[in-house]
Amino acid sequence: MTPAGKTISEKILSAKSNTDARAGDIVVCNVDLVLGTDASGPMTIDYFARMGGERLFDASRVAFSLDHYAPPSSPKTAAFHAQVRAFAQRYGGQVFEVGEGISHQIIAERGRALPGDLVIGADSHTVTCGALNLFATGVGSSDLAAAMITGTIWLRVPETIKVVLDGKRPHGLTAKDVALAMIATLGAEGANYRTLEFHGNGVNEFTLEERFVFANLAVESSAKAAIFANDSATTDYLAPRTSARGTAVASDGDAVFASELVLRLDELAASVAIPHSPNDVVPIDTVSNIPVHMVFLGTCTGGRVVDFHEALAVLERGGSRVAPGVQLVVTPASREVYLRLIDDGTIAKLAAMGAIVTTPGCGACCGTSGAIPGDGMNVVSTANRNFKARMGNATASIYLASPAACAAAAVTGHLTDPREVG
Amino acid sequence: MSQLEGRARLVGDDVNTDYIIASTRKRDTLDERVLKRYLLETLDPSFAASVQPGDILVAGRNFGCGSAMEIAATVILAAGIKAVVARTFNRTFFRNAVNNGLLPIECDTSVIVEGDRLSIVAGGESSTVTDVTRGLTLTAPPLAPMLASILDAGGLVSFVRRSPRATCVP
Repeated sequence: MTPAGKTISEKILSAKSNTDARAGDIVVCNVDLVLGTDASGPMTIDYFARMGGERLFDASRVAFSLDHYAPPSSPKTAAFHAQVRAFAQRYGGQVFEVGEGISHQIIAERGRALPGDLVIGADSHTVTCGALNLFATGVGSSDLAAAMITGTIWLRVPETIKVVLDGKRPHGLTAKDVALAMIATLGAEGANYRTLEFHGNGVNEFTLEERFVFANLAVESSAKAAIFANDSATTDYLAPRTSARGTAVASDGDAVFASELVLRLDELAASVAIPHSPNDVVPIDTVSNIPVHMVFLGTCTGGRVVDFHEALAVLERGGSRVAPGVQLVVTPASREVYLRLIDDGTIAKLAAMGAIVTTPGCGACCGTSGAIPGDGMNVVSTANRNFKARMGNATASIYLASPAACAAAAVTGHLTDPREVG
Repeated sequence: MSQLEGRARLVGDDVNTDYIIASTRKRDTLDERVLKRYLLETLDPSFAASVQPGDILVAGRNFGCGSAMEIAATVILAAGIKAVVARTFNRTFFRNAVNNGLLPIECDTSVIVEGDRLSIVAGGESSTVTDVTRGLTLTAPPLAPMLASILDAGGLVSFVRRSPRATCVP
């Protein structure tokens, strides 16, 4: 009997472990990139020392991004940055400075994460990079430190859930709406220990930048990885960024999937995740009376160029004005995004409407830098998590929605279906 | 084999790492001896003050979901809690627990009530959690050998120190 075919995860982890890896196996893999942040970095450095680390396995494959405290708002957070810089000075490894952007966004933009790669990052949203046909997963600081020393990590080869995006995308349906429907259906635990692998004719309805939204939100269903196939969108994204091509990986026709989730695009509509869980998703028209006091456009879910264009279009349809009493906070995911938005006039238009533009990075997402909502405020955000106190105030209520829906709320001052604006 | 006894402290399903320790608290210090004062504060502001060393955290499904921040595991240890018994664990928290010597036990926790006396025997073929108060014994599946050896070493630091190449041999 011929053994069954393999999923993308089984193929990548087979290649990285030099074994015939199957779901359920525990394998030790060679890593292509080890990525830390200013939030996880200080503990990583501490573990590295306690493990007796003397050198990095390969300094060209280790990087830190100063993204969570950007810029530092206290001597203590400034000291975290100093600690990361001093480590890189001594041992090597690259530091992406304050203002360069969010770790996984930067490595995608700079062609540092390629098809077929294994990337580990001490940031759960490292999974975002799977949009580029690679296995990227989040780990803690100790696993990161061990990988910096050994160049390896043990991984349980995950089962895979086949996510089928089916049909044509109706006008106005955003990637965020579909991804929210996906994590609502799967639930908070639905993809724990598993990979989401994306299939179906609907995949081509989304640009590469939009695929990042799906891969990013996958971790809100606890996915270990979230991987798209390699196609022309992948090569078009990478071509101007690197001459390296990586090794495209496709799953076999007879690969074994743990389950299948079909998302019919023509049955979905504008949605919002209500407090305090990203998996608690409702149609936006069922909550349109909720007043909004703060609108946050940014993060590794919704802080890319297409997201700000999507938001700007709605704001302009609504008269290029923000409703009285609404604070509009804009945080590009990276310096590259920021510069492109300056070049094309988006930032000037948003600032003229009264937007507060903050340093590229994680921004207000987890209350570590940027604007903190006031007591009792309702926030609508393009981010990925709306846990109670996530943005630094336990009395605030956070709603998660598409850039278009966030912009619509900025125009009207309450949750609004963006199709009703203008 | 390890054996421990303590008082059950209950939390629910999908307790994320931000709830275990808020990201905003990490801005001020990474010292777990300080941060333990804020353990689970978003769910219950009085929880941290009520923890006694030796308490055992008992959770529902998907304990430790969300951010992969390792301090969520080390703050629990700093509070004097040496084991978490959960219906299921989120994968990143599970790794972080094992890597720091915090014992994660996966079994049906629905019968355990706040304050019950628990007795845990971990290691070997399977682990057991006995609810002494209720006279029930729950069985947990054994850890994968790789994980058991990291836990036996006391965590990933000792494991790597003892044998820097060991992570290359499953």
